[in-house]
Amino acid sequence: MNLSMISKSLLIALPMLALGACSSNSDSDAASSETNKAATEEVVENGADNTVETDVIEAVELTEEEQLVQEYTWAILETTINFEFDKSAIAPRFTKILDAHAKFLVNNPEKALTIEGHADEKGTPEYNIALGERRANSVSTYLENMGVATSQISVVSYGEEKPVNLGHDTAAHAENRRAELTY
Amino acid sequence: MFVRLLLVISLSIVSLQASARLEILITEGVSSARPIAVIPFKWLGEGKKPQNFAKIIASDLRSSGQFSPISLDKMAKTPSNSQHIDYALWHKIGVEAIVMGEVKPATKAGKYTITYELLDVVTGNMGMAGYSPVMEKRRSTVKTKQLRQFAHRISDVVYEKLTGDRGAFLTRIAYVAVDRKSSHPYQLRISDYDGYGEKLVLRSKQPIMSPSWSPDGRKLAYVSFEKKRSQIYVQDLYTQKRELMTSFPKINGAPNWSPDGKQLALVLSKDGQPEIYVLNVITKALKRITRNRVIDTEPSWTPDGKSLIFSSERGGRPQIYQVELTSGKTKRLTWEGEMNLGGAITPDGDSLVLVSRHNGNYKISVQDLDSGELRTLTKTQLDESPSIAPNGSMIIYSTVYQGKKGLALVSMDGRFKANIPAKNGDVKSPAWSPFLN
Repeated sequence: MNLSMISKSLLIALPMLALGACSSNSDSDAASSETNKAATEEVVENGADNTVETDVIEAVELTEEEQLVQEYTWAILETTINFEFDKSAIAPRFTKILDAHAKFLVNNPEKALTIEGHADEKGTPEYNIALGERRANSVSTYLENMGVATSQISVVSYGEEKPVNLGHDTAAHAENRRAELTY
Repeated sequence: MFVRLLLVISLSIVSLQASARLEILITEGVSSARPIAVIPFKWLGEGKKPQNFAKIIASDLRSSGQFSPISLDKMAKTPSNSQHIDYALWHKIGVEAIVMGEVKPATKAGKYTITYELLDVVTGNMGMAGYSPVMEKRRSTVKTKQLRQFAHRISDVVYEKLTGDRGAFLTRIAYVAVDRKSSHPYQLRISDYDGYGEKLVLRSKQPIMSPSWSPDGRKLAYVSFEKKRSQIYVQDLYTQKRELMTSFPKINGAPNWSPDGKQLALVLSKDGQPEIYVLNVITKALKRITRNRVIDTEPSWTPDGKSLIFSSERGGRPQIYQVELTSGKTKRLTWEGEMNLGGAITPDGDSLVLVSRHNGNYKISVQDLDSGELRTLTKTQLDESPSIAPNGSMIIYSTVYQGKKGLALVSMDGRFKANIPAKNGDVKSPAWSPFLN
């Protein structure tokens, strides 16, 4: 994601540089062109006595994350959707996250998203693979309803095989019931 | 192509002897099992005794839930052959049968000659002419590294003689281990049924699931995520050759070998919801078995190969169903409990072993197919993935034990239980091999 974000900002920055160059060259007014010429001569004349030095400053630049948040709200940085036990419905508190990602994907049709579905360790591993897929599908359907192209989304279920919390208690189980968004 | 090659290389197939051993801890005693004396085998050589046969045989017989080997301190004498046995002495302490033997170095170096006998104490005590108390007397020459296997072989012979059923102690289990400290944390391992002789047969950076033995005990089918998606592979355990069986979009899961070894039942979600399919292993012809809008998974074959047992949400919560393959006729088998999963039919075809959820706890249970009566066999909370011994005497399953995922054994009658704690990493998804001899 980092690399592609940098290349994206370059895509924006390069044309702007070109625009800047154009505006200084496009000054076709004869008088001001004269003035400029005089000024140049003067610099050359006095060059030996009156030395000036210039330096550059760095442009104000936001971090990639801040830029994303500015456009898509804080929710764009969240990539985990949690689920209730044995459920695949998306709780209202997660819709803001999915809305942000949907907007990002609609604005950037070249981006591809993988949705990983996960389950807790309760129930058999084989059933949990199916459950994980149902959760990932539920996220996929939500994003598609928000206008994201099906071709931008791929779905994989890891069932209970990749827990984020290795504990065996209720809190661990709740944390492990999730879908993860990865670009 | 190059990327694919790299992936194959990073997924190294190894057959190293893993250092950690699993051991059985007995969690519950058995009072109603048949008392038997397994007398320490007499070592007739120099130095240290090569293997503790009596300990292995006693442990095997106890695991079946059918026998209760008496402890050594209850034995007044420890004879090693049947010539001078005082049957009355053994009869008095309630022992039904005696297993005894002798071990001596064979004429060839690195080999041992083992003699063993099985005695019927009741017959011996009656002392009737014409009735020999010696039920079995055998001799074999065995290589050093096969001594442990040979002890299991003796257990099989004793078990069959005393119960009339074939023993399943000379069998193996395949299971998934997750060792998060390893560079390849997801591992497929094989050990003897009691956890000894553990070997690594595959390791990967991505999950491995659902091992299933071919009926000849030569191959394993399993799910691998090595390409960051599920695919079903078959691996020959002797040649290490792997064959990709299915790689459809979305779920490729739960492979289960047919009794004739020609087909794999499996789960694919390429057409929407997870559905049961049957794949011809040779021609790769695929036949869809289930068709509805909910989850169908965990297919397993009935012993006659004519039906599949599977889990389905078609009635709401997951329950176990049976579908007849030729007619497609489907019936629901389970009605009790909040949900039932992971069903498999016992080798005699009489019972259904399954994971049953009651009050939020997952327990290994067995249902009589005629009466529908459901018995709970285990008492812990996260008991899953039951796999039945080929003689139907025991079930191995995964559980959470001392904060870790480990394997456990329970006898089919629920009377004997033992944990096989994992020493490195979590261990789950056990699959019991078919008979290997």
